[in-house]
Amino acid sequence: MNLEKVVFGFFILLALTLNFGFVYGEIDNPAHHASWELFAAIVVNLVATVLKFGERTQIGAILLAASLVADLQLIAAAILWGVALYGTGAGLTEMTMASIVSLAGGALVANIVSVTLLIIETVRIHR
Amino acid sequence: MDNAAFYMVLRRMRGPFLVLIGSYALGICVLMAIPGEHPDGETWRMNFVDALYFLTYTAPTIGFGEYPYEFNYAQRLGYMLAIYPPVIAWFYAIVTIVGLIQDPVFRRTVEAGRFKRQVRRLSEPFWIVCGYGDTGSLLVRSLTERGWEASVLDVDEQRINHLSTRDLRLFVPGWCADANRTENLRAAGLDHPRCAGVLAVTNDDHTNLQVAISVKLLHPRLRVICRAENRATADNMNSFGTDHVVDPFASFADRLALAITKPEMHRVYEWLSGMPNTPLFEPPRPPDGRWLICGYGRFGKAVCRRLDKIDVPYTVIERTPERTSAPEGTIHGKGTEAVTLREAGIQNAAGVLAGTDDDADNLSIVMTARDIRPDLYLAARENQMAQRPLFKAAELQMPVEPSYLIATRMLSLITAPLLPEFLRIARGYDRSWHAAVARRIREVSGGVVPEIWTITVGDDESPALMELRSEGQDIALQDLLTDPQDEEKRLNAVTLLLVRPEAVVPLPDPKVPLEPGDRLLCCGTPEARSQLRWTLFHRNTLRYLATGEQRPDGSIFRWLARGSK
Repeated sequence: MNLEKVVFGFFILLALTLNFGFVYGEIDNPAHHASWELFAAIVVNLVATVLKFGERTQIGAILLAASLVADLQLIAAAILWGVALYGTGAGLTEMTMASIVSLAGGALVANIVSVTLLIIETVRIHR
Repeated sequence: MDNAAFYMVLRRMRGPFLVLIGSYALGICVLMAIPGEHPDGETWRMNFVDALYFLTYTAPTIGFGEYPYEFNYAQRLGYMLAIYPPVIAWFYAIVTIVGLIQDPVFRRTVEAGRFKRQVRRLSEPFWIVCGYGDTGSLLVRSLTERGWEASVLDVDEQRINHLSTRDLRLFVPGWCADANRTENLRAAGLDHPRCAGVLAVTNDDHTNLQVAISVKLLHPRLRVICRAENRATADNMNSFGTDHVVDPFASFADRLALAITKPEMHRVYEWLSGMPNTPLFEPPRPPDGRWLICGYGRFGKAVCRRLDKIDVPYTVIERTPERTSAPEGTIHGKGTEAVTLREAGIQNAAGVLAGTDDDADNLSIVMTARDIRPDLYLAARENQMAQRPLFKAAELQMPVEPSYLIATRMLSLITAPLLPEFLRIARGYDRSWHAAVARRIREVSGGVVPEIWTITVGDDESPALMELRSEGQDIALQDLLTDPQDEEKRLNAVTLLLVRPEAVVPLPDPKVPLEPGDRLLCCGTPEARSQLRWTLFHRNTLRYLATGEQRPDGSIFRWLARGSK
């Protein structure tokens, strides 16, 4: 067993689960979506991205690309949240919340792609 | 891959990035966790935006005060925990990137990437020059002046740095790398569609051989011209189809023999293989008689072998006759002292050739010899280009400059592939013929070494001629060589050779009509060359020269002209 592989898999999976945890719930209900969960998802996603740096295989390149997409979507969601609360003073309306969650939902798809690729690679090596 | 440097940065920065993300995440958590009080006693906590903002301005150690409200002691104690890790993380990241930039492996990767990019951008036909010593730099300069591009490989970093400081007409990418390795040759553009060939002119025979083999195996269509100083290497190179092997010593020996046996031909040879646009000089004729050869190394041996063939007597002076297996009757010594030269019979000699591999010795030999007999014919081998002014000042009858010899020879092979053929054929003719050629060249050259070039009759190089031919108009050689501005005048150019599948004609008759597929070897002034090019591409100029008829041009006028007939 390789510790590096464990850490790598751990962060990629954690990024997916945290992301899912945030998105789960009614899309426009602020009570169903915790801000700290979004924060945790962003941090773990960034860590996962950095772990994929420097992989020069084809699958490594797509993994990195998927991760960058997830980062982009999550950070966009966080910025939207911050602007809505403190920037415009409009507060978390149902409309804003729905936008935030759908952005995070997009990131979820990217994370699913990441995990799928990881599984494909693992299966291929074991064969 | 050429963005290898970028991947290297990413891989190296993985650690610092992780530490940065971790320290920021930790900081944000700490900042948000500890509650503070307003002056009116109400508790408050930072939100995400506050925390990130606070960290952003404190972590790179700018810091401007407590935000958004004054902190209490619990917050201050806790926040120290949040501030230090990002500062250290930033420091770590900066140290890593600075270390990476100074890393020689990384710098080499960056240089390689840059070189490959520059080579890929070459858009004109170019030559790969392996070895940037005296020969290489002469070649690169002359190639760029003739509109070829070049890429340079050399193992010596200083020489490559020197390349970037020269004011060449075109930008020439250079890289400090070993030409022995195929991947370096590839980086220099071996697979580039515009690559015309490879010039292997390093001072190491084995490297040149390796380059020749690699190129001929990977791209047999590319031309390879090699320098070889050993006979065995030269034979080896020829054995697998190297296009041309240039041996500076053998080619000098050849010229010396030519100068002795056929002085007129030697003059033509010197002019045609000289560096264009340098003054046309008259090589003095070597006298008949005994030669003193100082130094029996590769050079001395090549010369003696050649002199044996034409039955010219010589005496060898060599410091270590046993080791070099010098012929019988060799005088022991360096040749730099009058005693040795006298012993070798300088009083009855016709010429002295100083051929050791030490420039100081060679100069000393010729000076001593001149001291004894001022009327001697002197030749000396010049090993380093840097010594050129000294050899110039010595005013030798026949200087031997191996790097110059190689460069001019390679250059004429590149620009005029038919020249060796012409020189070979010309040797078979008699003296008066040689003198006639020499006179013709002097007439058209205007006192400087003429340019030599090749023309192939066909759609690519002479479309005007092909069009007129299809109209049934025969074009003779003399039509091409007439000045369009003044019909009485001839261009300053002469056709040396006409090559056809069924015949090879030196100095062809000007009245002979040209056919598709004919190849011509011309020599003349640069102006004549560009005028000839113009004529070959412009139908009306050529028609005027051939028939004296001036016709309107352009599609409409052509149509009108047809209608009026």
